[in-house]
Amino acid sequence: MAKLRKIVYDPLMDNNPITWQILGVCSALAVTTQVSTALVMSLALTIVTCGSNVAISLMRKVIPNKIRMIVELCVIATLVILADQILQAFVYDISKKLSVFVGLIITNCIVMGRAEAYALQNPPFKSFLDGLGNGLGYSIVLILVGGFRELLGSGKLLGYTVLSDQWYTGNTLMLLPPGAFVIIGLMIWFQRTYISKQLREED
Amino acid sequence: MGLLNLAIESIFIQNILLSLFLGMCSYLAQSKKMESAKGLGMAVIMVLTIATPLNWLIKHFLLDKGALAWTHIDAVANLDLSFLTFICFIAVIASLVQIVEMVVDRFFPVLYNSLGIFLPLITVNCSILGASLFMVERKYTLVESVVYGTSSGVGWALAIMSLAAIRKKVRYSNVPAGLRGLGLAFIITGLMAIGFLCFSGITLGG
Repeated sequence: MAKLRKIVYDPLMDNNPITWQILGVCSALAVTTQVSTALVMSLALTIVTCGSNVAISLMRKVIPNKIRMIVELCVIATLVILADQILQAFVYDISKKLSVFVGLIITNCIVMGRAEAYALQNPPFKSFLDGLGNGLGYSIVLILVGGFRELLGSGKLLGYTVLSDQWYTGNTLMLLPPGAFVIIGLMIWFQRTYISKQLREED
Repeated sequence: MGLLNLAIESIFIQNILLSLFLGMCSYLAQSKKMESAKGLGMAVIMVLTIATPLNWLIKHFLLDKGALAWTHIDAVANLDLSFLTFICFIAVIASLVQIVEMVVDRFFPVLYNSLGIFLPLITVNCSILGASLFMVERKYTLVESVVYGTSSGVGWALAIMSLAAIRKKVRYSNVPAGLRGLGLAFIITGLMAIGFLCFSGITLGG
């Protein structure tokens, strides 16, 4: 039981896919100008990761090694098409705001990376938990970055005014691309200093 | 003039990496050395130039509503296959990268030696799929999509080569331990993005 719990909890903090393994950064930056888009995107990615992990894990014994990348891409692309159609049907406004980034879940390295590194070797239930953990790890970072950007950029959270514009002037830089880069940079600094103490050898 | 403006816009103003965040993963992983940054940059330019117009053709002659009218078969003339866009685009990109790799290996061995190892990485580079999807969303024509593909690639190469050059200088600086490597790369990218904001609003004549 403890082992299963570790599969889910490990990617949340210590081994976070974005800040520690540097996977799937593109969308983390692009959809985080508001918390609401970040939430929908995290939900879509978590579901796709779980689904693709389970599907690939079920097929792991019959996929020939040479064409496994193509098989993985097909599974992921099918799930992403489903997610995109569902988003367009039920939350049309948000799906317009996410624009191409729902489609880009296909090339999001988290989904592909977990399929390749975990689901190909492990049974379906464990793969499901692994997908869930990594999806949630991604979601935590997305929602944090989205929270900072929306709060500092426009003084709101989820559309509700938190910092009144009578004394707080929104920092537009936070809503522009550079703000996203700097916030993720600072978060990585914080995480590597206080949470994951062991530093990786880098240049 | 329209095409030149489009090129300038996609290289500098709407830089595919610095303002649309596409292709971040390989950008961060491959920017430690100038050599590999250059190789990957060239490979991205090449694949984007071919993939974007190719996907345009697929979209307009196979997937759009009524696109199959050229077959003159009544049963398929009115089909709307646009929900298959994602899976078709990614299949086109994956196979294109394989073909490009084989062609380069056969006919340009020198080029293959410098680009070869980077080509497989490109399938999962989101800038390729991203550029194709933006091409659909902004309704470019075929010629515009060629220009857009090439100049997005140039913009991407410009960004990764600048980061590689800056990281080379930073290696000799005394950076706080937790910020070293990745954290600093993000902050440098942020500063570069602020620099690129200066280009916004530039247009050339009519």
